[in-house]
Amino acid sequence: MIVAALDFQTVSDAVATGAVYALMAVGIGLVFGVLRLVNFSYGQLIMAGAYTLAFTSGWPVWASVSTCFAVVIAISLAMELTVFRPLRGQSPAVMLVTTFAIAFLLQAVALIVDLRNDFIGEVATSISALNEAITVGGVEIRKVTIVAIGAAIVALVLLALLLTRTTIGLHTRAAAADFRTARLLGVRVNRVIMFTVVLSGVLAAAVAVILTVQVPLVSPDFALHDTIIVLVGVVVGGLDRLWTATLGGFAIGFASGMINGALPTDNTVYLPSVLFGIVILVLLLRPAGLFSWGRRASAERV
Amino acid sequence: MPEPVLELQGLEVRYGSVPAVRGLSLEVGNGEIVGLIGPNGAGKSTTLHAIMGAVPAHAGDVRLHGRSIRGRPPERIARAGVALVPEGRRIFSDFTVEENLRLGLAGRRKRNGADPLQQAYDLFPVLHEFRRRSAGALSGGQQQQLAIGRALVAEPEVLLLDEPSLGLAPMAVDAVFEALRQIREREVTILLVEQRALHTVALADRTHVLAGGELRLTLGPADAANKDKIIAAYLA
Repeated sequence: MIVAALDFQTVSDAVATGAVYALMAVGIGLVFGVLRLVNFSYGQLIMAGAYTLAFTSGWPVWASVSTCFAVVIAISLAMELTVFRPLRGQSPAVMLVTTFAIAFLLQAVALIVDLRNDFIGEVATSISALNEAITVGGVEIRKVTIVAIGAAIVALVLLALLLTRTTIGLHTRAAAADFRTARLLGVRVNRVIMFTVVLSGVLAAAVAVILTVQVPLVSPDFALHDTIIVLVGVVVGGLDRLWTATLGGFAIGFASGMINGALPTDNTVYLPSVLFGIVILVLLLRPAGLFSWGRRASAERV
Repeated sequence: MPEPVLELQGLEVRYGSVPAVRGLSLEVGNGEIVGLIGPNGAGKSTTLHAIMGAVPAHAGDVRLHGRSIRGRPPERIARAGVALVPEGRRIFSDFTVEENLRLGLAGRRKRNGADPLQQAYDLFPVLHEFRRRSAGALSGGQQQQLAIGRALVAEPEVLLLDEPSLGLAPMAVDAVFEALRQIREREVTILLVEQRALHTVALADRTHVLAGGELRLTLGPADAANKDKIIAAYLA
């Protein structure tokens, strides 16, 4: 069974899951870095993107995907302008509960829209061609696996360049490291926040595209399970730094992919239990996060 | 006295119901250095934060060239030409020295003229030498130079400094005060909050002694020799 778990297909699927979760972790981590806000409604952004893809399945792929990005970015900005900005400066607990409320609101809206045809679930088919397998060295790999890994690498490299090579990126990192001082230096924080919100929307849309290829049936709880696992992953990785959060997202995605491959098919219901068991263990041993060497939890945030 | 660039008029700041600054009025003229000294809790830092808009003024006014800036958010006040060297330096230790300086450009209004980073490097050559290093690796004195350099690249009209000599070795303290003398020659208007009373009185055009949130006394450079008067002012 263990040997079976290590076959190439399982590993590549696990890496792909890790890659998608890493993208989600970055989307959540970016907003957390600047706003100190854990956005529980991130999964509903992805869900909205998935519905957009489903409803535009008859369109050319480029139009369908562009519409998905536009819709997700628009909802992301609307969240910031109508909810997060008025609540700026409130306690983290207030902000977290608010994102729960947004999550349920968006799910309810999705349910109403979805139920127009009297049954739940829409199918996104426009890019399902990516679901076909190709054979590499005698091993079958779904094209979407390669696309997921490639997209994640490209997105992370572009993001790293954006954050380290541009002025807005420098300002964003400064606001994440020390919001007060960044403002005192003249950094226009609302602009920085809009920038991160758009970036996290772009990432959510990319994840929506990849996930709908893997799971074409879109329902109101689409990506909800994934979001919860990613949130756990970023906390385990260490949320106060973007790269540790990203690694945490990747690690939990990879781990769940591997455990999924290792467990006999009729036992996959135990996947969350095994996963959360590992998480509890990690947090007991490394409370500041798996990847935060030499730092105390929530250090130096005055 | 030259025309005031920065003016406080009856400034009141409260934390909850506790008054921190009570009816503070002072003026800083173009190219002047005005010192603000006093014991811990006198309201010195709070005054600077109120000028920057980082804490709300309860009453009174803050004026830059005669125009009120009270109630504006900190980033707008920074971009209007007021730069703060905060207490504890607050440099970004994970960033390189050059990145820290580039952050200072966020508050810059002018978009022409000499390279502002080069001006900071001219004043503090060590920053140029270590520009690619992480700022956290600098010594305390070098970090203070970085914090001052970061404020200067914005080419501010008014420079506010919050205890720039805090926690520094005596030689580094002298370096800071020497830098302030050079900055004065660039016609930058300076409001200096300090604990080192003698240094400050000797450097500044006027030094106000603040206690309990109120102005108690104003000293001139001639009083630097008169230690008793300064000590008496602290104990008053």
